[in-house]
Amino acid sequence: MMASTTQSLERQRSLWEFLREELRPKGPLLTPFNIISIPVILVGLVLVVIRFARGLGSVTNLNQAYPWGLWIGFDVMTGVAFAGGAYIITFTVHVLHAEKYHPIVRATVLNGFLSYLFYAGALTLDLGRPWHIINPIIGNKFGYNSILFLVAWHFLLYMASEFLEFSPVVAEWLNLEAARRFLNRMTLGVVIFGVTLSSLHQSGLGALFLFSKPKLHPLWYTEFLPVLFLVSSIFAGISMIIFEGTISHRVFADQIDPEHHHTFEDIVFGLAKGAAVSMYVYLFVKFVIFVHGQHWDYLGTKWGAWFLVEVLIFTLVPCALFTHGHRERRMGLIRWAAVMTLVGIILNRLNVSMIAFNWNNPATYVPSIPEIWITFMVVFCEIWVFRWVVLRMPVLREKPGPRPA
Amino acid sequence: MDRREFLGLAGAATALAATGTAAASGSTGTSAGAPEFVGILVDTTRCIGCRQCEVACAEAHGLPVPDPRTDEALAEHRDTTTTQWTVVNRFDTDRGEVFVKKQCMHCGQPACAAACPTNAMEKTHEGPIIWHGDRCMGCRYCMVACPFDIPKFEYMSPNPRIQKCIMCHDRLQEGKLPACVEACPMDALTFGTKRELMEEARTRIYNHPDDYVHHIYGEFEAGGTDWLYLAAVPFDQIGFRTDLGSDTYPDYTREFLYAVPLVFLGFPPLLYGLSELTRRREGGEE
Ligand code: SF4
Ligand code: SF4
Repeated sequence: MMASTTQSLERQRSLWEFLREELRPKGPLLTPFNIISIPVILVGLVLVVIRFARGLGSVTNLNQAYPWGLWIGFDVMTGVAFAGGAYIITFTVHVLHAEKYHPIVRATVLNGFLSYLFYAGALTLDLGRPWHIINPIIGNKFGYNSILFLVAWHFLLYMASEFLEFSPVVAEWLNLEAARRFLNRMTLGVVIFGVTLSSLHQSGLGALFLFSKPKLHPLWYTEFLPVLFLVSSIFAGISMIIFEGTISHRVFADQIDPEHHHTFEDIVFGLAKGAAVSMYVYLFVKFVIFVHGQHWDYLGTKWGAWFLVEVLIFTLVPCALFTHGHRERRMGLIRWAAVMTLVGIILNRLNVSMIAFNWNNPATYVPSIPEIWITFMVVFCEIWVFRWVVLRMPVLREKPGPRPA
Repeated sequence: MDRREFLGLAGAATALAATGTAAASGSTGTSAGAPEFVGILVDTTRCIGCRQCEVACAEAHGLPVPDPRTDEALAEHRDTTTTQWTVVNRFDTDRGEVFVKKQCMHCGQPACAAACPTNAMEKTHEGPIIWHGDRCMGCRYCMVACPFDIPKFEYMSPNPRIQKCIMCHDRLQEGKLPACVEACPMDALTFGTKRELMEEARTRIYNHPDDYVHHIYGEFEAGGTDWLYLAAVPFDQIGFRTDLGSDTYPDYTREFLYAVPLVFLGFPPLLYGLSELTRRREGGEE
């Protein structure tokens, strides 16, 4: 009895020491990224304190006509679309059994989980009365018929399922073999649940603006907003995987076996095709909506020009680049296409939630410097955690690397 | 029977017909047997812009009381604010100056309440839409949703509230009239159930067909509102949106909300089947 207690105590202590060891920073401290991100994060934290002490108006330019600004339009609307890669890839690998994409599952799921974590975090900054955030969860009056209520629930459940999807990696890292096997067995179920939730809340974010009919410019308003949001989350997510993967493969080159470097190219070509196909579908739906809505005369206005920038330059062009890059196997083109697609998604989400919103209202909204600053802070925080995890857990490399005995 | 009597009788007949329509349109809105909502009829042809309603509103709710003796406030078209739940604006029209009181329209099926994830915006049984501070999480979706841009948020407060006209819900509970109705010296504001108000509005139009445009704003707008307006000039000349359509707000999202449980039930088996299918195919290939 005594012996086993001390033994387990010892094991606990060694786990504890292991964790302490892992918590220490690895690698040089004065990298360019650190030099930029540390001050941004520190000042950002001060801004957050001001925001909670003096109210939202003290740091944001939000006003009565623009209740939602950059933190919703970019952090939540755009961020969640960018995080869509996780449900696409887990679907492809675990449901469709396209094993080719297996090597990127872990990094993508991790990225998706962290995105949700931090974007949901950003959401609490935006809430005026965040101490009531649990109200829709604990059922202090459910707003059953509210789209936002649904989206909030789906966020929460999806975060849980993404964490479960990633948990085998954590178990591997902690050398908990039994737990890893148990968690692994749950994967398919969790993935199915996650894909279902994702399709609902990706489209749900679009459905939030169904109420905006009198306020959103007719070129953007359509009752098919949920469909558009869902389909665009596919190529948004894929483009993010390509973008993030390309950077990871440079920055964390020592984490990846040379063999994997090779397969990554192959994966990207496959992804490019997926992006192109989903973009064709998206553009087709958009075209039908446009023709059906008979909005030709709007095209001559400045709103029309802006609409065409979004749809032609930042959706149609990258779609063509993806197609061409896939056919000719030109990596460079695909990277460009990914970046342009990401810009297009940012434009689209900001247009729907901020720019073309209240187009007929004289009031204006331009994000304040602190709003932009805090947005960068959120992104940098996510990258910090991502890096911390990647350097320690077997995310990019296949097997857990050497760990202190 | 002279003309007057005739008109009076005819008016009554129209009113009767109106009752029928009101009941019919009511049945699409609320379930049968539900209590009738109360509202207020604003007759802009009677309003002289004295702003006594603004004063009474501020006094009743402990807000800063405006000084209606100065005309400055009328120089521009004001919006309601967190501390001014109602404002009177002056419009120069074909038929001279028109004064229009603005506040929450107390929609029959309000966008704000349909949007609210916590039911903090609530349509009470009596009709007024009120806000519950113990539920609201400050997401401001009600502001995004409201077609009249009415809910106002206290941006400069660490403990912000959503502020707007509550049709004096508290006073109604005590059996009193809304403060603005009580204060109006011109009888421009009439309190009653929506059905009564529709009858009254139709009667006025019928009896004075040249004094009014033949439209009651709020009868159908945004699915119908409990506040109704009469005017001598087309409503777009006096600051009203005439492009809101007559769909109720819950209609906009109904299909999506119906789809949710279907997706929840349908997707998992579908995905599971798909995964079995691809697994077997792989097995065959091996
Ligand atoms: S006018 Fe706006 S705030 Fe008032 S009930 Fe209608 S939707 Fe709600
Ligand atoms: S701000 Fe408050 S009242 Fe308005 S929708 Fe959000 S939770 Fe509801």
